[in-house]
Amino acid sequence: MNALRLSVPAAVTRPTRMVERNLLVYRRTFMVIFSGFFEPLFYLFSMGFGMGALIGAVQLDNGSSVPYAVFVAPALLASSAMNGAIYETSNNFFYKLKYAKLYDAVIATPMSLSDVARGEILWALLRGSLYVVGFLAVIAVLGIGGLGLISSPLGILAFPAAMVVGFGFAGAGMAASTFVRKWQDFDILQLAIMPMFLFSGTFYPITAYPPALQVFVQCTPLYRGVHLIRALTTGTPDLWMAADVAYLLVMGLIGLWIVAKRLNRLLLA
Amino acid sequence: MPDSLWSQDSVIHARGLTKRFGAFTAVDGIEFDVAPGEAFGFLGPNGAGKTSTMRMIGTVSPVTAGTLTVFGLDPAHHGAQIRSRLGVVPQADTLDNELSVLENLLIYGRYFGLSWGESRRRAGELLDFVQLTERSGDKVEPLSGGMKRRLVIARALINEPEMLLLDEPTTGLDPQARHLLWDRLYRLKQRGVTLCLTTHYMDEAEQLCDRLVVMDKAKIVAEGSPRQLIERYVTREVLELRFNHEGGEAGDGIGGGGAAGLAGADRSTGEGADFDGQLAGLAERIEHLPDRLLVYTADGDATAAAAFERGLRPASVLVRRSSLEDVFLRLTGRSLVE
Repeated sequence: MNALRLSVPAAVTRPTRMVERNLLVYRRTFMVIFSGFFEPLFYLFSMGFGMGALIGAVQLDNGSSVPYAVFVAPALLASSAMNGAIYETSNNFFYKLKYAKLYDAVIATPMSLSDVARGEILWALLRGSLYVVGFLAVIAVLGIGGLGLISSPLGILAFPAAMVVGFGFAGAGMAASTFVRKWQDFDILQLAIMPMFLFSGTFYPITAYPPALQVFVQCTPLYRGVHLIRALTTGTPDLWMAADVAYLLVMGLIGLWIVAKRLNRLLLA
Repeated sequence: MPDSLWSQDSVIHARGLTKRFGAFTAVDGIEFDVAPGEAFGFLGPNGAGKTSTMRMIGTVSPVTAGTLTVFGLDPAHHGAQIRSRLGVVPQADTLDNELSVLENLLIYGRYFGLSWGESRRRAGELLDFVQLTERSGDKVEPLSGGMKRRLVIARALINEPEMLLLDEPTTGLDPQARHLLWDRLYRLKQRGVTLCLTTHYMDEAEQLCDRLVVMDKAKIVAEGSPRQLIERYVTREVLELRFNHEGGEAGDGIGGGGAAGLAGADRSTGEGADFDGQLAGLAERIEHLPDRLLVYTADGDATAAAAFERGLRPASVLVRRSSLEDVFLRLTGRSLVE
């Protein structure tokens, strides 16, 4: 047992201890986590099926038509991955950093600030993965019921793709949180999140915009996430998917790098 | 003793240790060594640089200039290794409020890389040691200040550290809580744990420290055992004279009446400097506090009698042995003390 423990490098084992800490906390308040599970489902039922009945079919990038619910479901999955990551790395992370002074105590142990940052990102991803799995499970069940929302075997890859989306936003969200001074500052963050959720080709194709605006929307991270997951669930893969993955991974890594720098400044004075 | 020998034996070795925050110098080239098993204290007023020094030792604050080794290791390169052998009790209780008392210890053990089983075993023992076993399932928030402090100490011991860093361990605690804490720290010292602490309480320094340095304005101004410092910087006894501000009462209170008492007391409402004249030759040194005079002398009773003969009629007279507090006043200047 001990030999096994030693063979795993500390750079891997230490971040997981932040996850253990968060599991201890959420062991008691598991319902809080479930609230995030229902939000995308409510959107799916109201927009996907409710509005969808009025809208009918929507044209995909490759010209094929799909029912509105099929169009909107992958976008909701991407948004859910984003929201889960942002929630955990904004409010929760900020509370632990500034108010609970949690990390001041953690770094008095052999844990380093990068262990802390990696651990919290990992936790945000794990928490996000619960929502993703839950959402995918519901979609699958609806599929069995004849409402097939995933029309391609590539849909299996929607899970890792959603994790990539989560990683990108977790890194960026945590980096942003290190610059936050007071709770009200998070309103500014919401000012970036909310329009992305509404306008990133989530609820309608971006061909609705003039060309210049289309290019702008294509450069936003959630659009890349939506594009990636929609290509997988609707079975319309293209080369842009590589750009999606690269964009989101780089965003997450840059975020993590900024977090490490900022935490150094904030905690190791 | 040659420098090289010190650095090999010392748990902490500091030469020219400096910490600057921008233009502000928090620690200004201090030098000290802490031997294994020793209880070493930093005594000084707020802002003297004690906490900055502790943070550098704890490897959570980079050294600006000078040399610092902890367990013979360089904090800049072996931070994690040093921290794995340290227990840290910070000034503010940084307990995890989202976890229970027991969970605080368990997860801290995990941060140190202990297995859950080992962490649980040690946590049980430590809760016993700090008398918190009955509260083990409780949340941290409702605990009293003394209990929280004890829990922080238990937490600092989960990795069985060779040295404990304590930054103002009993600030804000009531007397019972302080004595309980001192007792636990004393026991740790008996077990061979090196203690390094900061305080601005003289009694704490006297109780706990084998050796201490007095810090003031980022520098070390004196070093020695509590007894050595007292012998070096102050007299054997201190005569405390207190004067009422209403002269009449002072005179009546002493029962002597008369003009001399009134005169003396009247002057005390001024700057009190005139007392120096009246007491000239009777004392080695006189310290003016807002409410009383401290007269440093080898024989307090004799000085009190002599002062009375010269016509001083204080409202109260107290002769006591000199303490570390007197050393502190002498070295750091009373105006700085809150």
